[in-house]
Amino acid sequence: MESAAEAAKISGYREALTELLFQLADDELVMGHRDSEWLGLAPDIEEDVAFSSIAQDEVGHSVYYFERLHELGETDSDRLAFDRGADRRRNAVVLERPNGDWAYTIARHFFYDVFDQIRLEALSTSGYVPLAHGVTKIRREEHYHLLHMRLWFTRLGSAGGEATERMRRAVRDLWTEIGGLFSLGDAESRLLEFGIIPIGAAELKRRWEDQVRPAFEEAKIPWPGSPAVPEIDGRKGEHTSDLERLLDSMTEVFRLDPAAKW
Amino acid sequence: MSDNRDALWQALQEVKDPEIPTISLVDLGMIHRLQVEGKRVTVEILPTFVGCPALDIIRRDVRKRLLRVEGVADVEVKFVYHPPWTSERITEEGRKRLASFGIAPPRPAGDNPMDIVPPCPYCGAEGGEIQNLFGPTACRSIFYCRRCRQPFEGMKPV
Repeated sequence: MESAAEAAKISGYREALTELLFQLADDELVMGHRDSEWLGLAPDIEEDVAFSSIAQDEVGHSVYYFERLHELGETDSDRLAFDRGADRRRNAVVLERPNGDWAYTIARHFFYDVFDQIRLEALSTSGYVPLAHGVTKIRREEHYHLLHMRLWFTRLGSAGGEATERMRRAVRDLWTEIGGLFSLGDAESRLLEFGIIPIGAAELKRRWEDQVRPAFEEAKIPWPGSPAVPEIDGRKGEHTSDLERLLDSMTEVFRLDPAAKW
Repeated sequence: MSDNRDALWQALQEVKDPEIPTISLVDLGMIHRLQVEGKRVTVEILPTFVGCPALDIIRRDVRKRLLRVEGVADVEVKFVYHPPWTSERITEEGRKRLASFGIAPPRPAGDNPMDIVPPCPYCGAEGGEIQNLFGPTACRSIFYCRRCRQPFEGMKPV
């Protein structure tokens, strides 16, 4: 499938593809926004710089996915980012939670980055060519996020004292919701059938555990067992009031004058 | 009408990276394709990073410069991601220009992912350390030279 025009010719293809693109875009946008909230507050200047840069990458990636959505007939990327209600968002719920402390931030980002690498690797063979091209590029950038977060995760986890305590608490808190990352929502079977993504939720999760477990060993954090499927599924538009608050803050300037040109 | 291609490439050589004004888009390896149809020119550009905030400025600068080339009435700039831009696309000339601006050119990615520290652009010393994988722009990292005892910037290998 070479283009948006071709995607429109097969019944159901465009709808399934749209669902997946919203999952990708919304994960990156929400994560990027949470990253940006550390600006000026990170524990040291290096992390201020790192989180600003990572935020910029994530938001930039979301724009890439929004542009693919625009080609498929959705509205433009600014409106998709700022003018869409919570029930139309497809990010995993765990990503909309507030940043918490540094340990929670690092652990969540590390878990997400491993997942994102696996998803991007799978999508680099997507039958939808514009998506395969973009993720091939995006993956090379995300590589640095993962390196950074993995180093923090293993160092803080194995440091002892308060760092280890907080890291273990963060893992416990994250564990009830982290399983929501792997959901492909209602579109899963069609996404597989159309060859838009080559693997489903179960395989995404299996590969994620394979990569995350060695980091737990290095961090000397006991493996909490395979994460469960959470009750609410962001991929189906189910969200918490944390997302409402995030959107209120993120869209505040846009709402002042939606027609403004920047 | 394709005999102004040399003039077009020369004009593109004059369009610099908005954030590193010593290096042109051509030397950064960002120009993928130039198509000329009559008075209309289409330039396909490979962004160094997907979220690069300088893309709108680059589009504007490329259009403005190419419209000054004789025989050009219309310029379209397209950002494309295939092939992906990689740091290996930077030309020899580009590498020299980066270094002259104080930004170490990227070293080829090796087996160890953390083994990315380039020689110091000021004194040439090897064996520096990573100070921050992330820097002032998405495409740069910050390193430390043990000989000069000062930090320096370098392009990330991607």
